[in-house]
Amino acid sequence: MVGIVNYGAGNIFSLTAALQRIGVEYGMINQVSDFDRYDRIIIPGVGHAGAAMQKLRETGLVKDILRLKKPVLGICVGMQLLTAYSEEGNADLLNVFPLKTLHFDQRVQLKVPHMGWNSVRAENECPLFQDVPDNTYFYFVHSYFIEYSGQYTGAVCEYGLPYSAAIQKDNFYGVQFHPEKSGKYGEQLLLNFSRI
Amino acid sequence: MLAKRIIPCLDVKDGRTVKGVNFVDLRDAGDPVELAWQYSEQGADELVFLDITATHEKRKTTIDLVKAVARQVNIPFTIGGGINEMADAEVLLNAGADKISINSAAVRNPDLINQLASAFGTQFVVVAVDTRLIEGKNYVHLRGGRDKTEIETEHWIKEAENRGAGEILLTSMDHDGTKNGFDNSLLKKINDQIRIPLIASGGAGNQQHFADVFQHSNVDAALAASVFHYGEIRIPELKETLRKQGITVR
Repeated sequence: MVGIVNYGAGNIFSLTAALQRIGVEYGMINQVSDFDRYDRIIIPGVGHAGAAMQKLRETGLVKDILRLKKPVLGICVGMQLLTAYSEEGNADLLNVFPLKTLHFDQRVQLKVPHMGWNSVRAENECPLFQDVPDNTYFYFVHSYFIEYSGQYTGAVCEYGLPYSAAIQKDNFYGVQFHPEKSGKYGEQLLLNFSRI
Repeated sequence: MLAKRIIPCLDVKDGRTVKGVNFVDLRDAGDPVELAWQYSEQGADELVFLDITATHEKRKTTIDLVKAVARQVNIPFTIGGGINEMADAEVLLNAGADKISINSAAVRNPDLINQLASAFGTQFVVVAVDTRLIEGKNYVHLRGGRDKTEIETEHWIKEAENRGAGEILLTSMDHDGTKNGFDNSLLKKINDQIRIPLIASGGAGNQQHFADVFQHSNVDAALAASVFHYGEIRIPELKETLRKQGITVR
């Protein structure tokens, strides 16, 4: 059963709807004792990374998230929170991954936000992408990206530059795109996470 | 590479689809949820619902519709129509809408764009603009193109971007309904001036019109209604046509 960290950063209706469609049970994590009820954890998130980090700190759950040995999946801003630092709000984050979250603005000539369907290629045998063909399209909406890393990138996407569409380290995973809005392969990815 | 998006637009009233649809395998052509599901299965990249429900009392049917779509459809969708203030938008966000589109309300109260963007993020705010060419200049029109304003379309779109619009949906009222193709020159001119995604609307009649608008104006997405609803253009075939001409599609 999947526990969703409920810290008020964005709407989670679409995520819970997707879990329902694929038949994965879920519940909310509001306090430390809730972690025991679930065997894997999702950290969602939409909006401003600095503000989201502030909200997550206010829940008092940070210390326990860092200690988790169960599979953890961060989605969009929830993924960015797992990095060391974001240029958005000049914020120090959870530092599970020694990577930085950077702004597209000065680094690419393209439109910002990066919005729409873009293709991704799995790397480092990332288990989230089991039964997902190479160059499958996923739905992205973001202005900040996680830098590419030979060690931690689980899937790469190109938008003016190559960056991390997915990251992985031990039991921690993150995806920049929205699997709950990415058609049947998005649902496959959520299903894969529920089986890791 | 980022794919060009194909977006069917559905008019809904009191929770039902208004315009006729001609899908062979549809049980209930008036059910927006079933129609939305069909489009997502066909490969639509996103959906827009334009709510033309006239009365405030019936707005609840719209909320129920948004919830039903969010539960069953696995691609992003936008809802427009009847959004006049922050509270209207927040209800739709909580019901599962990915984006809202605002048109007249933004023209009447431009600060609404700033407020929505700062509360819910720029990605949530689509500013829809209806434009018509009058004596060589494009002017913003309200109420489905009936009421002319004194605001020049280019200026308004730049202002909307600066205020925090995440995306622009530009409908040429001169092209809308003609089936003679999109307004490629206006779309190119606007697209070259902004750094947020631009959705082309108005004038789609055949598959080549979509290829033309992407090639000439480089817009991010193209929207149409009747050509999809009446089955004149099928999305899988449209995407094949675009792919053959070197346009990146999903």
